[in-house]
Amino acid sequence: MNTMALARRVCDAEINTTGAGILVLMNEMTQAYLLDSTSSFTEFVARTSPNFLPSAATVTSRDLSPTATTIVAVATSDGVVLAGDRRATMGSMIAQRDIQKVFVSDEHSGVGIAGSAGIAIDLVKLFRVELEHYEKIEGAPLTLDGKANRLASMIRSNLGMAIQGFVVVPLFVGWDTACGKPRIFTYDATGGCYEELGGYQAIGSGSLFAKGSLKKLYDPAASLDDAVTVAIEALFDAADDDSATGGPDVYRRIYPVIITVGASGAVQLSEDTVAEATQRVLEARATRPDGPKAGVR
Amino acid sequence: MSQPTFYVSPEQQVKDRAEFARAGIAKGRSVIVARYADGIIFVSENRSKSLHKVSEIYDRIGFAAVGRYNEFENLRVAGIRHADVRGYAYDRRDVTGRMLAGAYAQLLGTIFSAVMEKPWEVEITIAEVGETSDTDAIYHLAFDGSISDEPQFAVMGGATDKISAAFSSHYVPGASLSDVLKAAMTALIADPRGGASLTLDALEVGILDRTRASVRKFRRLNADEIVALAGAKSEEARVTAEPKKVRVRKATPAAEAIAASSDGSSANPPTKARRTTKKAAVTSSDSTGEVTDIPVTTHGDPGE
Repeated sequence: MNTMALARRVCDAEINTTGAGILVLMNEMTQAYLLDSTSSFTEFVARTSPNFLPSAATVTSRDLSPTATTIVAVATSDGVVLAGDRRATMGSMIAQRDIQKVFVSDEHSGVGIAGSAGIAIDLVKLFRVELEHYEKIEGAPLTLDGKANRLASMIRSNLGMAIQGFVVVPLFVGWDTACGKPRIFTYDATGGCYEELGGYQAIGSGSLFAKGSLKKLYDPAASLDDAVTVAIEALFDAADDDSATGGPDVYRRIYPVIITVGASGAVQLSEDTVAEATQRVLEARATRPDGPKAGVR
Repeated sequence: MSQPTFYVSPEQQVKDRAEFARAGIAKGRSVIVARYADGIIFVSENRSKSLHKVSEIYDRIGFAAVGRYNEFENLRVAGIRHADVRGYAYDRRDVTGRMLAGAYAQLLGTIFSAVMEKPWEVEITIAEVGETSDTDAIYHLAFDGSISDEPQFAVMGGATDKISAAFSSHYVPGASLSDVLKAAMTALIADPRGGASLTLDALEVGILDRTRASVRKFRRLNADEIVALAGAKSEEARVTAEPKKVRVRKATPAAEAIAASSDGSSANPPTKARRTTKKAAVTSSDSTGEVTDIPVTTHGDPGE
C-alpha cells in the first residue's frame, strides 16, 4: 500500500467515525483552504488574512466619533490641578478646536475624559447629576472613594460600547475632606479604578509625551500656581508630538481648560488666568522650544 | 329609601379629613419662608441637626416643610428626583419652581382625595430664586394640594395667625438677609406654644442666594453665620470672648445676652442696616406683651 492510499484511508476513517472531527483538528488557515469556494485571490485573502491587503485600514470608532485627547493631573499638598487640551479629532481631521474635556464634577472633585467624545460628555453629565442627586437626597456628599467607585461602575456599564470601539476613559481627581489631601484616580475601559499615588498622571493619545514631561517637571512641594504651569508645559509637550492633541491657540484665544481642586473647593480657572500662565510658557519656549531644562544633578 | 348608616357625605368627609390633617400639622413648630434683598430665606425651629425641614431641590429651588417627617421627606425626595430627571433629560434651566409646585399640587391633591388613604399631615413651600428679585417666587402648598403664590412670605405650621401677624409687623420687603432673619426670629418667638424659649442654636436656616457664584444657589447657614446675622455685635463679643471652644452655647441665660434693649419694633426705618446696629439681642413683644430676649451667644466671633 503506498503512502497516498494510506492517507486516504486514515482520512476516511476519521470522517466516518467522528464526522467533521478532522476539520477541527486542522488550523483555521487550512480549513479555509479546504472550504472556501472562491477563485478570486483578492476575495480569498480578504476573508482569511485581510491584513495582507493594501486596504487593511479597518473602520474603527475613531472614524465615527471624535476622540478626545490629553488630560493631565498634577497634585501638590495644596490641591490638585486637572488640565485638558481642546482638540477633538475624527481620524486625521480636527473635528473641534475648542471642545471641553475637563469638568468640575462637584464641590470637591473634577473629571477629565479621553475617548469617544459623544459618550464621554454624556457620561460626565450623568456623573455630575449622580453626585449632586446623592448629596441632595442624603444631605451629605459621597466620600471621595465613593465618587471614584461610582464613576468606575459607570465606565463598566459602557463596556459593551467599549468593545465596539467607543472607549471612554476618565481621569478623576478630588480633595479628600476626610484625610485633607488631594487624590488622583485612573481607570481602564472595563471599569477598573486605580489610585495614582505618584502625584501626577496623564491619559489620552498624548499621555506618553505628557507623562515624560511631568516626570521631569513634577515637584510635590510646588505651589498650586506652579502645578498649573507644570500642567500647561505637559500639555504643550503632548501637543508637540501628538497630532490629536491641540496646543494653545493664541490667535483664537483657545487655551487649555484647567480646574484646581483644594480644601476650599473645585474651581475652573478663568480664561484670563490660563491665558496669562500659557503666555509665560510660550515666551519661555520662544528661547527654548523644548521647554524647561531639567537639572542633571 | 333611607341612606345606609355608613354613608358620609362628601362635604363631611372632606371636612373630617382636613381637620385631621390640620391637627397633625399644627403640632409641629412653624417655618417661615420669605424674600430678602438677594434671595429667599427659610427659617425654622429644628433641634435636630440632621433631620432637616429645609432642603435644596435644584439649582434655584428650595423646599421647606412642616408636619409628619416621613411624609414630607417622601415629598422632598420625590421633588429632587422629578427635578433631576427633568434637568438631565432637557436642560438645567428647564426645571422651574412653577413646574415643581404643580407636580406637588397634583400629588398632594390625589393623596388627599384618595379615600383609602389617610390624608398626609404636611404643608410645604417651594421657593425659587430668580435672576432678579422680581422673578423670585414662593409657592405655598397645603395638605390638600391647594396652592398659593405668595408675593413676599409664607408661614407654615401651627399658630400661623399669630406668627404671621408678628412677622408682617417686622418684615420689610426688600430688606437685608440679617433684617429678615431677625424678623423671622421675632415672629417665631411670638409662637404662643413655647416660642419664648427659642434659642439661636435651635434654628435651621437655609438661603437661596442669588449672588452665589455656583449654579446651585441653595446654602445652609451654619451656627456662626446665624449668630453673626442675628446681630451679636462682633466688637463686644471679642471683648468678652473666652478661648473659642464653644461657638454656640445652648440656651444661654437671657442675662448673658449682649443687650436687652428693645430693637424689634417696626419703628425702625426699613433702610437701616441692622447688621451694624449696636444692639445685639433681638427682642420682641410676645403674645403676652412681655419683652423677651433671644439669648445670643457671646462667644461667637463672626468675623472669622
